[in-house]
Amino acid sequence: MFAPEIVLTAVLNGLLTGSVYALVALGLTLVYGVLHIINFAHGALLTAAMFAVLVAHLGLGLDPYVAILILTPLFFALGYLLQRFVIGPAGHGSDTNLLLVTLGLSIVIENALLAVFRSDTRSIDVPYAFASIDIGFTLLSVPRVVAFVVALAVALALGAILTLTDIGKGIRAVAKEKLGAALVGIDVNHVYAVTFGLGTACLAVAACLLMPTFYVTPRVGNAFVLVAFTIVVLGGMGSILGALLGGFIVGVVESLCGLYFGESLGQIGVFLIFILVLLVRPTGLFGAKA
Amino acid sequence: MLAVERITKRFGGLVAINDASLSAGQGRITGLIGPNGAGKTTLFAVIAGFEPPTAGRVLFEDIDITTEPVHRRAHRGIARTFQIMQPFAGLTVRDNIAVGAHLRHRARKDALEKAEAVARQVGLGGVLDRQADGLTVAGRKRLELGRALATAPKLLLLDEVLAGLNPSEIRDMIPVIDAIRESGLTILMIEHVMQAVMGLCQHIYVLAEGRIIAEGPPDAISRNPRVVEAYLGHGAAARRRGSEASHV
Amino acid sequence: MSVRDLLPIVAVVGVLALIPFGASANTVLNFLVFTLIIAIAAQGWNILGGYGGQFSFGHAAFFGTGAYATAMLQVHLGLNAWVAFAIGIGAGAMVGLVIGFLSFRSGLRGSYFSLITLAFAEVLRIVANASAITGGAAGLLIKLDVRPANFQFHSRAAFFWIGLALVALVLVLTRWLEHSRFGAQLMAVRENEDAARALGVDALTVKLGAIALSAAITAAAGCLYAQYFLYLDSTIAYGLWISVEALLAPIVGGIGTVFGPLIGALALHGLGNLTSLMAGRIPGIDLVVYGALLVLVVAFAPDGLLGLVKRLRARLFRRAATETA
Repeated sequence: MFAPEIVLTAVLNGLLTGSVYALVALGLTLVYGVLHIINFAHGALLTAAMFAVLVAHLGLGLDPYVAILILTPLFFALGYLLQRFVIGPAGHGSDTNLLLVTLGLSIVIENALLAVFRSDTRSIDVPYAFASIDIGFTLLSVPRVVAFVVALAVALALGAILTLTDIGKGIRAVAKEKLGAALVGIDVNHVYAVTFGLGTACLAVAACLLMPTFYVTPRVGNAFVLVAFTIVVLGGMGSILGALLGGFIVGVVESLCGLYFGESLGQIGVFLIFILVLLVRPTGLFGAKA
Repeated sequence: MLAVERITKRFGGLVAINDASLSAGQGRITGLIGPNGAGKTTLFAVIAGFEPPTAGRVLFEDIDITTEPVHRRAHRGIARTFQIMQPFAGLTVRDNIAVGAHLRHRARKDALEKAEAVARQVGLGGVLDRQADGLTVAGRKRLELGRALATAPKLLLLDEVLAGLNPSEIRDMIPVIDAIRESGLTILMIEHVMQAVMGLCQHIYVLAEGRIIAEGPPDAISRNPRVVEAYLGHGAAARRRGSEASHV
Repeated sequence: MSVRDLLPIVAVVGVLALIPFGASANTVLNFLVFTLIIAIAAQGWNILGGYGGQFSFGHAAFFGTGAYATAMLQVHLGLNAWVAFAIGIGAGAMVGLVIGFLSFRSGLRGSYFSLITLAFAEVLRIVANASAITGGAAGLLIKLDVRPANFQFHSRAAFFWIGLALVALVLVLTRWLEHSRFGAQLMAVRENEDAARALGVDALTVKLGAIALSAAITAAAGCLYAQYFLYLDSTIAYGLWISVEALLAPIVGGIGTVFGPLIGALALHGLGNLTSLMAGRIPGIDLVVYGALLVLVVAFAPDGLLGLVKRLRARLFRRAATETA
């Protein structure tokens, strides 16, 4: 048995990790909730974003937190263009087609990164990478606390965009009733592309938050995407609140599994949750009927 | 042959069917009519096994089949058509019907032969090799019918098999249905086309807002004021009687 | 099933069987054996995905089970390699039944089914990576002992012909499926599950049968892989790469057809090798082409290469007919 401080530390770290997971899952759940497609390219796009942070740091000397300001709009545009001109047209509206198209895209992106960057593990060096806060019984890593705060802020901002802005209302309209939205003059293709863009923008932020303490390889997105799927299914497809809560739950479970079962089996807890949720309650905690 | 006893079906707070009972006599055509949204297709779904009832029983040949899965009921001899057509879009007409024929015929050759015979019976003999999604509405209706018939059923549940057909297509379908009955099948049909219902059915049940409000032979039903009200609204029966009297 | 149905299969297999006599270079045979292994795995996927309409994204679960079972039985129990091969196929089928039962019984369809198969494969990969019995992260090595009784051959051509025999077997099996009651019911479930049930098809049993068959075939591919390369680790056995290969080949070649998986595997790997030759040994370039091909096929040729050929033939016939009119 572990001492309570150790367990508590694992839980806290789980929450911190979970917030970034949640940020990654936010994009995925938004895309599903509106476009009703499961975006298999999500992980590859995250990897691309992380490499972008790497390049920005090594090439332009940009601090990752500063890079947020540049990469977020950049990746928004990338997502917009991808949905508008590649995924949408190629998918012909069929669910299975879209699944395959996003899968194809993920293969292309991941392996293009492999071709350019090779498979070495890379990371960036920032002065605050190992800074920590002392909260009495344990130390918390500063970059991870920053990530927690920013992730929550982004979730709030996303919620605000959806409720308060015109485009946000358009997004919610299309999510509820595509044909009706089109009939009242909403440009559905534009809304789809904006939604996808918001999703990739979230990934850009997540990448900037991860890079100070994490590493990047062309395959790193894979690990995240499966966790993100678990969160989305657990929290309910299309629910932002669900993605947040799901992220925290998954982060904590992964942390505790790692503590009790060792690092190599840590991830298994996540997948077992995934399978269990799919079998027992596929609509998740907050999702609408699939 | 079929006895539906006090079926109630609730979807959350909505009561779709309320304490409905009916029976379909062997070798007869029984009609189930009622205004839109009355719960007729839901009742079919309960009889065929797609929805479990909240209360009540379904008896087929005096056996309680209320909890039996859909495909088992088909084995027993219950076949249904769907109101919203469900063809096997990527398969040909022949292959579509053959799936039904396979219920009683293991060998592919036998199933295909049976499929051709049934296709001719419902008037699709000329389009056997056409893809199902290339058929007209009338063609698809016949395909639904053909598929169900290929399972050699004892009871045939027809869900608005005439909906969406123009008058001449309806005129062509009615003898097909009558011939099916003459071959010994029992038919329970949901239908809105009144001329067909009155002409084909020996016994009719009227479902309105989930309840059976009337039953009887066609001419009794057409004169039943409650039935008129269910379709035309409250007070309609009295208004009609009044206008009939003034036209004397 | 008549002789006429089998003729194309005999012809194709006959022609392919002659290749080792003309091209005996090791690199060529290597490429061919590997491609045949992929083709077998793809044929397995095609049964469930093409004919059954259930798109699995985790066929690695069956490939890896076959591979590991074969390897472990030889390494830990000293079992005869051929016996281990057979048991490996059975183990794959078992895993298929378990995953199928859990998923189909819960009513999972469409994207949800794809996701859960992905998860199952990942769970197996993580477990294999962490367990001593599978060699953990270091992997498993089958002892080199080249004797036919040991399912190890000096000549690569021997492996090629064995692989080809397996491909031929599954081609015949697939053709039989197309003409059988089981196949008709499976395709009915693919097109419209509710309508199929109303016609007396036990959808659950049919889907379980399909996934068991599909898993057994893909497991056979895994067993052959283990015997040919004699080394496995969790990424090779249960990695995403084989799940992708198994679904890519049928889609590119022609989903739900007898020859689609074989054609797709040959086309993809041929193209992959060509790309590597032209672009040099840049890692990942061939997969970039694969991914792009997947997107292009889905966008412009959803029936794959065979579908394109069919459409071209139809257009040529129409033109010929109007010209003679």
